[in-house]
Amino acid sequence: MSTVQNAQMTDKQRAREQARARRKAERIRAKAAHDLPRSMQPSKPVVGLTWIILVFALLYFLFPIYWAVIASTKSPSELVSTNGLWFAVGPGEIANAVAKNYASLLGWTQNRFWQWVLNSFIYSGVSAAVGTVIAVMAGYATAKFDFRGKGVAIGIVMGCMLMPAALLTIPQYSIFHSLHLTNTVLSVIIPCSVSPFGFFLGRVYAQSSVPNELLEAARIDGAGEARIFFTMVLRLLSPAMVTIFLFLFVGAWNNFLLPLMMLTDESLKPITLGLYGMASLATFNEKGALMMGALLGVLPLIVLFLGLQRYWQSGLSAGAVKE
Amino acid sequence: MTAQKHTQKKVRGFSTKRQNITGWAFMTPFAVLFSFVFILPIGWAIYSSFFREISEGGGAYGGGELVHKFVGLDNFIYAATSDKFWTGVGRVVLYTVIQVPFMIISALALAMLIDSYIVKHVTGFRLGYFLPFAIPGVVASLIWVYLYNGQISPIAKGLAALGIPVNFYSGNIVLLSMANITTWTYTGYNMLIFLAALQAIPHDLYEAARIDGANGFQIAMQVKLPSVRGAALLAMLLSIVGTIQLFNEPQIMQIADPGISKSYTPMMMALNTSQGSITPSGDGPASAIAIVMAIIAGLLAMVYIMAERKVNES
Repeated sequence: MSTVQNAQMTDKQRAREQARARRKAERIRAKAAHDLPRSMQPSKPVVGLTWIILVFALLYFLFPIYWAVIASTKSPSELVSTNGLWFAVGPGEIANAVAKNYASLLGWTQNRFWQWVLNSFIYSGVSAAVGTVIAVMAGYATAKFDFRGKGVAIGIVMGCMLMPAALLTIPQYSIFHSLHLTNTVLSVIIPCSVSPFGFFLGRVYAQSSVPNELLEAARIDGAGEARIFFTMVLRLLSPAMVTIFLFLFVGAWNNFLLPLMMLTDESLKPITLGLYGMASLATFNEKGALMMGALLGVLPLIVLFLGLQRYWQSGLSAGAVKE
Repeated sequence: MTAQKHTQKKVRGFSTKRQNITGWAFMTPFAVLFSFVFILPIGWAIYSSFFREISEGGGAYGGGELVHKFVGLDNFIYAATSDKFWTGVGRVVLYTVIQVPFMIISALALAMLIDSYIVKHVTGFRLGYFLPFAIPGVVASLIWVYLYNGQISPIAKGLAALGIPVNFYSGNIVLLSMANITTWTYTGYNMLIFLAALQAIPHDLYEAARIDGANGFQIAMQVKLPSVRGAALLAMLLSIVGTIQLFNEPQIMQIADPGISKSYTPMMMALNTSQGSITPSGDGPASAIAIVMAIIAGLLAMVYIMAERKVNES
């Protein structure tokens, strides 16, 4: 028993070592691939200029976020009177300033702030989950089966990819209104769960990462189509599903016009709409508190983005390489 | 040979009828929701664009009952002859012509610089450029609305201290201020698309060009640039479609600038028409505006594709 375990251990260790060696070799190879011969090394001015451009661009992209962080610690009068690039108070009092703006934020939102964030999560999460499953199913169907009307269906969906989607919101509102579905959770979730781009990604991935031989083998073994899909295909497509989920999630989180039209109930609003409503009140002047709300509201999204960056890139490259 | 026959038979065994049923079974959930969210609204918009809610039976001051009345092409004639509408269209077209090329070229330039390995450690730059895309358009606009505010913005104050006072909300500049918000949000996203396309170029191509004596700049211009043409075309098209429906930025900048009217962009005009704050109001005129807008977007995209093809041929 113990010898078997020992053998397994050494096997595992060996595998791990091999993997480490492989990674190291890859690193060296990757490094060497970009090492230019000496004669082709860029000259110093070129390197300097590139650095300047890249850093300047970085400042442009990060400055508004930096400013929002600083502003979120300030009172309305401090925003006007103090240096906009730095905190108004010393390090000891920042906690106090933050607490003050936080209280003001909760006050102006009538304690609905976290409710709004939660709403955004529910709308984006549910519509992205539903949207991913149906997009992958449809993508798999068009990639692996010949069914009547397939060409037409693909043509229509792809045509709608270039359709200005916001223009559809007004008729969508009328249809939901006549079904008495406006001002409900469904009126935001249903439109957000359908994405022609998600379908396109699902189709591209199913074409490239589900081998026909595997499907045939499973059929010969007598597996039903549903079982093949749910046990095998979904597993093969799981990286693709993360990508599609991300695109749908962000699309739903960013949607502004749709909830603006569909929802009137304060307690149903997503965070974007809530902050907009707060900022557009005529009497509103707590700009620092609003910046704090903006930052707290996007924090989950930023974590999701940076943590899953790999999947973004694979989705983008599918869109970039295939046309 | 026999094995091949066997598989062929197996595929044939997986009959057309069964493929039909299974294919549609997987397709149906998407197809149903897609029809409900895309096809039905398109049909509904076309249908309702021929009708108008007209009050009948009331006196000179209205007050009569609203009647759903067939008005033929009246709504389209209204949209096509409305100054407000065409001013809005002119605005978004101008916006598109300025903003989209600027953003795409910047994104392409940044992607090429990052891909050139002139600077070794680029992960930080890549993440930093992409970060604004993680911020919802509404929130980005709210931040910039304050950064354009002359009283609190360090940018406005800094420029004023340098002797160049800028009012970001003044007539001609406000459109550029808006374009800047879109550029800030989407440049990094487009850069990642280009980066992905650049990284898909096989390295042998570079080697071959180098052996032929090409320098880094020549490789960038003559090997890399043509290879990302497809990605650039798609990015341009999607951006054109995106800016034509411009709504979020002007709607939010309206908070700070009452000069932005209810019909500032066609999308805002359509929304306010359907909600009754622009007359003639209702779904009919709003649908007509949306349909004319969709046609204009399609025409612009087609003109762009044709121009691109012509440039490609020559």
